[in-house]
Amino acid sequence: MTTLNYVPETGSQTAGPYVHIGLIPHQAGFDIFEKPFSNMLGGEGERIRIEGRVLDGLGAPCRDVLLEIWQANAAGRYNHPADQQDKPLDPGFRGWGRTGTDFETGLWWFDTIKPGSVVGRHGHKPMAPHVNLWLVSRGINIGLSTRLYFADEAALNATDPVLRMIEPAVRRDTLIARPEMRDGVPTYVFDIRLQGENETAFFDI
Amino acid sequence: MPHTPTEEFFQRDRTLQPPGYTPGYKTSVLRSPKLALWSLQNSLSEVTGPVFGREELGPLDHDMILNYAKTGEPIGERTIVHGRVLDETGRGVANTLVEVWQANAGGRYRHRNDTYLAPIDPNFGGCGRMITDATGYYAFRTVKPGAYPFRNHVNSWRPAHIHFSLMGSGWAQRLITQMYFEGDPLIPKDSIIATIPDPGARERLVAKLDFNASIPLDTLAYRFDIVLRGKRATLFENKLHGN
Repeated sequence: MTTLNYVPETGSQTAGPYVHIGLIPHQAGFDIFEKPFSNMLGGEGERIRIEGRVLDGLGAPCRDVLLEIWQANAAGRYNHPADQQDKPLDPGFRGWGRTGTDFETGLWWFDTIKPGSVVGRHGHKPMAPHVNLWLVSRGINIGLSTRLYFADEAALNATDPVLRMIEPAVRRDTLIARPEMRDGVPTYVFDIRLQGENETAFFDI
Repeated sequence: MPHTPTEEFFQRDRTLQPPGYTPGYKTSVLRSPKLALWSLQNSLSEVTGPVFGREELGPLDHDMILNYAKTGEPIGERTIVHGRVLDETGRGVANTLVEVWQANAGGRYRHRNDTYLAPIDPNFGGCGRMITDATGYYAFRTVKPGAYPFRNHVNSWRPAHIHFSLMGSGWAQRLITQMYFEGDPLIPKDSIIATIPDPGARERLVAKLDFNASIPLDTLAYRFDIVLRGKRATLFENKLHGN
């Protein structure tokens, strides 16, 4: 008899209202680790800020959300052994960060660099520069994945295989961050709508 | 030049996961997407993920009995939690970051938004972190968390639990969950574990008392294995012309 010896994935549970304790203790109100993780990413390239809010089904800002980003470096390569593209690695750039929405304003932000374009799946066009976003919070039972694309990359966005898959333009547009100049720093604004009008396109990745 | 990741993650089995909308857990009502998720085939963005080194962690980061001790050790049942982080093929997930957080023995969190009347323990922070070894094994020490009430129904209580965050080896494996303790009578009354419809998946969140791993006259042990998504090799893939 043949048996398939797979073991099922562990079930997800909400990160809850106190996720900060475990993942960003400073926001919970204390410091404990010598080297905490942060929302400021070093690295070579064009310095940018990405920021936004997370809005619930009534349009109210969610002020207890934890967000993480994962992105390629300025050359368009991920700092991970599975990325074997023939592009330079930036040893000072892990490409990952985390933060929480502000308890008062609901704003989140990351200081990072603008990622380069990454090769697509075999047979597909390159992916336009994008930042992968993942968010969890009280009331979210399983982490939500989405992508932030840049409005000023219109040509690459037009051929991006993921954006092209999302047929209704109105839904595609929920993934495009709009640029603003803020104190000399290019800032991309990206509000995430969990539900309702202009609900952000989330991915089952 | 390699265009395709050589390994991709198995499709997530959503029948073993909680849906977004679970009205029994009221906060989910306004925070759950109503529209369908877009299913993405893995690209480099999903098969890669952040890598963490042991040198980034302090020597006590995984010891919640000592990592916030100020005037003495925290109050509570001295507890070891250990297990393996596996993927769906049963292989250990090596060198991956595991982060944990919890309430103190009285059920109070060290968090500016927690106003429960049980006292803060001055010697307990309530968070720890570690990196799995080459076999996917992890272990940490803590005090057993207490149950606490929360605002859902009038008399809603959380069973004792520890939150787990798993980084995995790629972005698509990222997972947050909660571990419960064998025999806790609050588990069947809990609105959070009930968000998972599959009884087996709920049961797998309950750590077992691991009597043999306990340290006599010192600390009880619980065993909790965690499974992240499996990977398959892309053995055969049709190549499009012109690539």
